[in-house]
Amino acid sequence: MLIPHPLLGLRDAQEFTYLGDAVLLNRPDGLAEGAPEAFNEYIYLRGNPAGVHRELWFHEQGDRSWLIVTRNTLTHEILHAELARDVALKAKAGAV
Amino acid sequence: MRLSGGVIDRSKPLQFSFDGRSYSGYAGDTLASALLANDVRLVGRSFKYHRPRGVFSAGSEEPNALVELRSGARKEPNTRATMVELFEGLEATSQNRWPSLKFDALAINDLFSDFLTAGFYYKTFMWPKAFWEKLYEPIIRRAAGLGSLSMQADPDVYDKGFLHADLLVIGGGAAGLMAALGAARAGADVILADEGSELGGRLLAETDTLDGKSAADWLRSLEGELAQLPNLKVMRRTTVFGAFDHGIYGAVERVSDHLPVPGNRPRQTLWRVTARRSILAGGAIERHIPFRDNDRPGIMQSSALRAFANRWAVSPASRVAIFTNNDSGHCAARDLLAKGVEIAAVVDSRGDAPQQGDFRVIRGAMVTGSKGRHGLASIEVSRPGGSEWISCGALGVSGGWNPNVHLISHHRGRPVWDAELHAFVPGPDLPKGMTVAGAAKGEGSLHAALRSGAEAAMASLQQLGLRPEALRLPEVEVREENLQPLWHVPGKGRAWVDFQNDVTVKDIKLAYQENMRPVEHLKRWTTLGMATDQGKTSNVTALAVMAELTGKSIPQTGTTIFRPPYTPISLAVLGGGDTGTNFRPRRLTPSHQWAKTKGAVFVEVGQWLRAQYFPQPGEAHWRQTVDREVLATRRGVGICDVTTLGKVDVQGADAAEFLDRLYCNPMKSLKVGMVRYGLMLREDGHAFDDGTCARLAENHYVVTSTTAQAGPVYRHMEFARQCLWPELDVQLISTTDAWAQFSVAGPNARRLLQRVVDDADLSNEAFPFMACANLTVCGGLRARLFRISFCGELGYEVAVPARYGNALMARLMELGVDLGAVVYGTEALGVMRIEKGHAAGNELNGQTTAQMLGMGRMVSSKKDAIGAVMSRRPGLQLETRVLVGLRPLDPAEPVVAGSHLFAEGAVQKTENDQGWISSAAFSPHMASAIGLAFLTNGGDRMGEVIIAANPLQGQQVAMRVVPTVFVDPEGERLRG
Amino acid sequence: MRYSALRVLKEALTGHQGWRPLWRDPDPRPSYDYIIVGGGGHGLATAYYLAKTFRQARIAVVEKGWLGSGNIGRNTTIIRSNYLLPGNEPFYEFSMKLWENLEQEFNFNAMVSQRGIVNLFHTDAQRDAYRRRGNAMLLAGADAELVEAGQLREMMPFLNFDNARFPIKGGLLQRRAGTARHDGVAWGYARGADARGVDLIQNCEVTGLHMENGRILGVETSRGYIAAKKVGVAVAGSTSLLMQLAGLRMPIESHVLQAFVSEGLKPTIPGVITFGAGHFYVSQSDKGGLVFGGDIDGYNSYAQRGNLPVIEDVVEGGMALMPMIGRARLLRTWGGIMDMSMDGSPIIDRTPIDGLYLNAGWCYGGFKATPASGYAFAHLLATDRPHETAKAYRLDRFERGYVIDEKGAGAQPNLH
Repeated sequence: MLIPHPLLGLRDAQEFTYLGDAVLLNRPDGLAEGAPEAFNEYIYLRGNPAGVHRELWFHEQGDRSWLIVTRNTLTHEILHAELARDVALKAKAGAV
Repeated sequence: MRLSGGVIDRSKPLQFSFDGRSYSGYAGDTLASALLANDVRLVGRSFKYHRPRGVFSAGSEEPNALVELRSGARKEPNTRATMVELFEGLEATSQNRWPSLKFDALAINDLFSDFLTAGFYYKTFMWPKAFWEKLYEPIIRRAAGLGSLSMQADPDVYDKGFLHADLLVIGGGAAGLMAALGAARAGADVILADEGSELGGRLLAETDTLDGKSAADWLRSLEGELAQLPNLKVMRRTTVFGAFDHGIYGAVERVSDHLPVPGNRPRQTLWRVTARRSILAGGAIERHIPFRDNDRPGIMQSSALRAFANRWAVSPASRVAIFTNNDSGHCAARDLLAKGVEIAAVVDSRGDAPQQGDFRVIRGAMVTGSKGRHGLASIEVSRPGGSEWISCGALGVSGGWNPNVHLISHHRGRPVWDAELHAFVPGPDLPKGMTVAGAAKGEGSLHAALRSGAEAAMASLQQLGLRPEALRLPEVEVREENLQPLWHVPGKGRAWVDFQNDVTVKDIKLAYQENMRPVEHLKRWTTLGMATDQGKTSNVTALAVMAELTGKSIPQTGTTIFRPPYTPISLAVLGGGDTGTNFRPRRLTPSHQWAKTKGAVFVEVGQWLRAQYFPQPGEAHWRQTVDREVLATRRGVGICDVTTLGKVDVQGADAAEFLDRLYCNPMKSLKVGMVRYGLMLREDGHAFDDGTCARLAENHYVVTSTTAQAGPVYRHMEFARQCLWPELDVQLISTTDAWAQFSVAGPNARRLLQRVVDDADLSNEAFPFMACANLTVCGGLRARLFRISFCGELGYEVAVPARYGNALMARLMELGVDLGAVVYGTEALGVMRIEKGHAAGNELNGQTTAQMLGMGRMVSSKKDAIGAVMSRRPGLQLETRVLVGLRPLDPAEPVVAGSHLFAEGAVQKTENDQGWISSAAFSPHMASAIGLAFLTNGGDRMGEVIIAANPLQGQQVAMRVVPTVFVDPEGERLRG
Repeated sequence: MRYSALRVLKEALTGHQGWRPLWRDPDPRPSYDYIIVGGGGHGLATAYYLAKTFRQARIAVVEKGWLGSGNIGRNTTIIRSNYLLPGNEPFYEFSMKLWENLEQEFNFNAMVSQRGIVNLFHTDAQRDAYRRRGNAMLLAGADAELVEAGQLREMMPFLNFDNARFPIKGGLLQRRAGTARHDGVAWGYARGADARGVDLIQNCEVTGLHMENGRILGVETSRGYIAAKKVGVAVAGSTSLLMQLAGLRMPIESHVLQAFVSEGLKPTIPGVITFGAGHFYVSQSDKGGLVFGGDIDGYNSYAQRGNLPVIEDVVEGGMALMPMIGRARLLRTWGGIMDMSMDGSPIIDRTPIDGLYLNAGWCYGGFKATPASGYAFAHLLATDRPHETAKAYRLDRFERGYVIDEKGAGAQPNLH
């Protein structure tokens, strides 16, 4: 597979390490009420769709960026890739 | 027999041998053509019945003519004689027969074929139970299999390469050539790959003229033009074996398989080709028409007969017949006749078959039987009203063509049925970027193939955003096939569908009868399509037979898709060059060279090679060496290269906050110039890794991880930084390879270090336990010093830029002679950390928790650190096994890691299991073996005697439960 | 119809007219007591034991494709009970004992061949870990032996002992482990279940689960609605999708695992060999093909196919371990979708929906578990109590912190 790195262009997927569902960005607040339930969902009940999936890849043999890649799990087609940091910052800005 | 003409080089005769007999052929021959030229028709035996078999095809789909090529370590089983280019001295041996090809003892199976029908083995061999492994299976295994391996390492060299192109054209026949030419002329970067040694495909096997020129002349001038195009790379002897994601194709180039030995080139090269578009022009495979006893040597594809005659100037016999349901069989007869071969008859199932040459055509007829023990002698021809036997030494059969849809289904797209062509053709669901052209698409006649190749080029260029130039097609004769389907000849007897695996029409009928009707059941029950051709010569025919039985149409009955590779490829080329000790990279520590000169014994630690111990003259056993290293360290000072520990530089205004969230224990309160032990949890609450966190400056930390987890810890830290807390001002960089780090420990450690550091006060007051500093050593070399200890002695770790590591090691040892300095390796390191009760990899195995490690209280409940919440789940909180120390009651008894723990007198079974010994060593300090173990309620059981059971090695040892720290439990040495 | 050598003989002499279908092709009835969703190995075994051992009736297996088209039809055929943790080892040993009598029990030769498995180790720490595991096996009543390099060299002289990046120090041997003919297992269970009245319904895809008041009432299928008192789901690879129909999220990811077979060769290797340092394992089939595999590709996928880097990586492992296989050829690769659970261990449990039961999360270890999984699932379905050996396989173990993590990899499915 080839991953369209937003900074570096097409890179072989072999350079990356896969983590999983991009929902892992949304770490719950560990001091909040209901944290155990929230963490259980966060860690164990991730998305596993047959189709479009947003997922985390780490450019370990490259620039060490974490990317969010939007990929179809039925066809492996990649629709989009973005820097996880940008997405996380945007999400935090939105949340405030 | 050898005919006239052909594209062989008669000026270059070549000697070769088959089953020990010498023969000769010519340059340009394949092993198959050369054998046929020497009238060798019997070349192999079938898998199950050991039936005599001859060459069936002229291509890579060959199911019968498999041989062991070469000898010794280069022996290559199951090699298709049709794809082997003849070279001087070639050695081939028939396989799957004993004692000889002609007299094969297992041919007796054929007599029992009525018992050995599809699936028979599922129904028997069950009694007595023990006989399967002892008797039945060994016999079956010896009888099964095809060729044999040499059991020696392959002496040849293999390579791996990467190619990028706008367009990959797969197949260099008429369609592929037009496609490559059209695309390359328009400026696209094109790779044209063909599995054969020559471009041309079927053009080489037939007798068409193009623009009035012979195919050979036309090809010559075209190749001349191709050679002029710098943006076109032609790869002969290159099989594109798989279509993978995002335009990546796997290809194997057989660089030197046509040579006696590879010389200094690789034998084969694995290419990973990335192409924006591809054109599949892989041609078609002629299908057979099963009839009774249709598997005798001499019976082959009509197209193969034609290819052997035209390209290689050979015929398997002087008198041949053709059995066909379309016009192409007649072309074969015409070509053979022109070469002086006698045509016994063309048997055509069509009532209205044409008369295309001066030979006998038997219309509305079928071949219904054959005779000839080791080769065809005669065929029975039947038609309404009667039958006759016709003598012939070879029979070419043409049942039409199956487009070669292999690669189109690698992304699980299915071919679709074309009712006019009576064939499966590529459907709309192709690998992305692929276009199909020529016979692979069902456009098999020359004019159609040329046109569709050109069209595919135009379409691909458009997709690439390039402007196509008009491409003039050569003028050729327009011909049609006029096929009337005939899938098999009805009647009694055995008619083979899958030659290699001996699957007959009868077997398919039996599968139907036993309700193994879905195509996958049919395949798996009968083994149809599972031979080395993967069903290329059999699947469609079998579907047609099953369709006839079920009364459904062929596409309703099923389709067939293929999996990579297109043709079998050697494991050696897939394994590339990274074999032996090059299998994985090897990382060396900065003091490796020094250690080597000191005679160190090295050990694999993940990717690293580390010094394990340093034997001295007179030491007979490694334990002697390790004991010396340990005692000398505890008595004087020991030095160890600990560079392999992961190191991460953490900087930024929010570094403290970041680290506080990363470690389960508090980090924010760490003062500048101090170090703290840190435990990281995974988010699921289990212990992840431990190490030290040193605050070198207000906003500058260095953290360490274990050697094994250096990569995962860094990845985890980057995840936390980029994905969880991007708002924090913190930067990370891995500096594991940048700094050489040495542990200097022992009562004399301070005195030794004082001799290398520049103007620094190392006194206990100025530089206490857990202090750290940036400083210089050896007259200005920047260094970092940490007062930490893994072994329990007064200890430091000193780090210098990696390139000075070797020199610093030498310097420390030189300067420490009078202080009793000793170098120690990982073995002594391990002993001393067990003596001190420190957890390492065996304890931090991913299954343990802070609580189990005796650090439960370190997990702060006041902050939201990674893993804190989940560490409070009941399953983790109620876990009672904790780390303890163990000592055998009898110091002479061993302590063995991996032993399980039981209460004295308890029955030793899973239910009573109370834990396990995670680490063990002989402690010279204690003069006894000692261990660290996880024991149920261990904290409350100090002094209790338990049993360490190692039934695997027949050991039972009584142990006393003791605290984990065997050396200096008060920590006075550390702080002194 | 009973299969035997005598029967084969008789049929051979009478033109094979007497062979009956291995199973019927019934149309679905309007209702059943039990519906097993998924006609793979585990589903078929469940139906078989439900009917035979637990004497239940009115059972159907609904399968969206053909019987045995699950991962039972695309695995590398290894059977073993060499696990470490008490949640796992007794279960897999129970499975091994069922394997040992399976063929006589269901009257079908599934070619169970106890040729042994060796897990190689390359460091002292790995030896310690394998010793712990071997002892755990013995304590659970399984067999295990620790074999040092010298003995291994005699058993398998073709391994790369002398020029290896990771020198072989020894191995953990389980002699009772081995291989079985995977399709034969599916067919034996299917035939046995059919003979006991189980309706095996092919080409019948479940499209919906009908529930009321937290209770399952039946399943919508491509062949119509079928009512059921209890529904057991055994659809490894598609668990998340099917359970989504019940509104449940699963601690499972679907990943692709590739497998490989070489061309047929005369007997080459004796049993099963696993090479952890190189992500490679291999055995040889009765037909002569080297059957091998390695790691999963590592990304979520439902595509049933993998990519080239993993193919290269696996074969590199093979070449590093056994350089003598270089001149053999790779015949076919294929990919299967694995139910990768969050701790690497399976789930056999009730669900929050009454009457809906789950058998899932087998990662790439489902084949060897087939008999015990079927037995334990049937036990649960019939009695509403977990089988003795499957008590740890609870769905709520993640939330409660009782994970069964053999590899210690944590909640990271692609590392298990």
